[in-house]
Amino acid sequence: MSKKVIYGIFDDEEVLLKSVKEVRSKDISIKEVYSPFPIHGLDHALGLERTRLAIAAFIYGVIGCAVAILMTYYIMILDWPQNIGGKPSFAYYLNMPAFVPIIFEMTVLFSAHLMVITYLFKSKLFPGQESSSPDPRTTDDKFLMEIESDDEKKISDLLKKTGATEINVKDIA
Amino acid sequence: MQKESPIREPLILGNKSYHDITVDVAKPVLAKANKMWWIVFGISLVLFVWWILSVGYTIGTGIGVWGLNKTVGWAWDITNFVWWVGIGHAGTLISAVLLLFRQKWRLSINRSAEAMTIFAVVQAAMFPLIHMGRPWLGYFVFPIPNNFGSLWVNFNSPLLWDVFAISTYFSVSFVFWYVGLIPDFAMIRDKVNEKYWPLRKKIYSILSFGWSGKAKDWQRFEEVSLVLAGLATPLVFSVHSIVSFDFATSVIPGWHTTIFPPYFVAGAVFSGFAMVQTLLLVMRKVVGLEAYITIKHVEYMNIVIMLTGNLVGIAYLTELFMAWYSGVEFEQYAFLNRATGPYWWAYWSMMTCNVISPQLMWFKKLRTNIVFTFILALFVNVGMWFERFVIIVTSLHRDYLPSSWTMFSPTFVDIGIFVGSIGFFFVLFLLYSRTFPVIAQAELKTIVKSSSEQYKK
Repeated sequence: MSKKVIYGIFDDEEVLLKSVKEVRSKDISIKEVYSPFPIHGLDHALGLERTRLAIAAFIYGVIGCAVAILMTYYIMILDWPQNIGGKPSFAYYLNMPAFVPIIFEMTVLFSAHLMVITYLFKSKLFPGQESSSPDPRTTDDKFLMEIESDDEKKISDLLKKTGATEINVKDIA
Repeated sequence: MQKESPIREPLILGNKSYHDITVDVAKPVLAKANKMWWIVFGISLVLFVWWILSVGYTIGTGIGVWGLNKTVGWAWDITNFVWWVGIGHAGTLISAVLLLFRQKWRLSINRSAEAMTIFAVVQAAMFPLIHMGRPWLGYFVFPIPNNFGSLWVNFNSPLLWDVFAISTYFSVSFVFWYVGLIPDFAMIRDKVNEKYWPLRKKIYSILSFGWSGKAKDWQRFEEVSLVLAGLATPLVFSVHSIVSFDFATSVIPGWHTTIFPPYFVAGAVFSGFAMVQTLLLVMRKVVGLEAYITIKHVEYMNIVIMLTGNLVGIAYLTELFMAWYSGVEFEQYAFLNRATGPYWWAYWSMMTCNVISPQLMWFKKLRTNIVFTFILALFVNVGMWFERFVIIVTSLHRDYLPSSWTMFSPTFVDIGIFVGSIGFFFVLFLLYSRTFPVIAQAELKTIVKSSSEQYKK
């Protein structure tokens, strides 16, 4: 028997969510779910791990903060200390309060941009990338569950039973 | 699923299915523009051309073509800069602060408010750049190694903080906006019929970065939105605080005030919401989005306008009190001169537009009235421009030395750059409203079941 990919199409996210739980409880692995908007609890139902982008953002922020501190230290104290407005630049800790806005802005700048770049990189989103969704209606109002299996009939029946309104099957060449 | 108390009014009117939302959001992009759009676009384009000519003349001849003089060295340019930056603040406030507070009504308006932010900051950034006189040397503001020896920028200067604040603000707002746009561009990509519009299909394919709505991508999308909101929230407050430092750290009476940062931030949100109202009240009609941008949304925004208007009013009174209480003669004169001097009309226009007129919002009848809201929003826009003008010009025009006291009068170039910047702004916004998904439709679909009229029955 040849391996087939089965697309179950749903009209409602709550039905889909129930179906995902049902399918997973039968030890059938779901290849992917495509949806037009984020579904609350779907990542949990699919057993996806928590994303670590927030942690990455924190690390990037720390890097930005460090870069800003080093930059202001090098430029204002080390390379060319000046007496500006009666406030000589001889020690970093004395001048640091004036650099807080810069340090803050650099922290945000690094954190935000590097996090978004990481996100686009991890999700393989870039200009010129083609959509991998098997059905263009998944950006409109349809929810699609993709399962790869040898037993087409069993999967189709299960999807139908749990609320799929349409089943499409494709052979894997 | 989300639960909400039944007494809340619906945020989406009518029996809208997911597909209806798709169609309604894609319609302005796919359909032809109506006559109204072309008329407004034509006017804006004429103003934009005036802007180009005025800016060209300024750069070609020098900033002597402006009305500035030895006493008033800052006038309309900085007024316009602060005005535009302030307007930008509403967009980030709506998309970031309201996201953190879980205010679902932001979903219908955040996209356009963010677009407004970006276009407003573009206008704002032009003014310091033109004021440099030689804008091609604008890169001098960045701390880059150069061939003039150790010629570094001065990190003690609030003007340099501004450079960092505005560039961070602009780029982070842009990225925040774009991250939200990707799924909606994908929706339009899938709606465009390739047979009739192959080029459009191609463009939206590129813009959508190949988004396909996988579960993992949505999970990351939500996390990124949340973290960006968390980063953008302090950013909103910092940007206008830093703009206010440009004045507050100086020793000019009328500028040297510690209440400037919160006062400026409140004013920024105030003027920003007024501009959002101005734009959206027109847009909801022209593009047909009355079901999404409802009277309830208008009312919520009016409440924000009323609140921030009152904060600004308290700041005005505090300034007056502090001038008297400080016992500093120069400070006292600066404020007396504002209210009763030759620029009394600017001061009282500001007071009327910003403090008195928003009080009408206490009446529910008025704050739910579209025409009234639109007129009031225009008043607030004018009032906030006058506020910056009053702060900047009245503080400068009578300085410590009475022999150098003078008045400021704008030249046609000043007027051209200011009015032209409004035209430029509208050109960008009108192009946006025809080519971008103007409502964050993907996220809006998540509240259909909790907040739309049909599910509330």
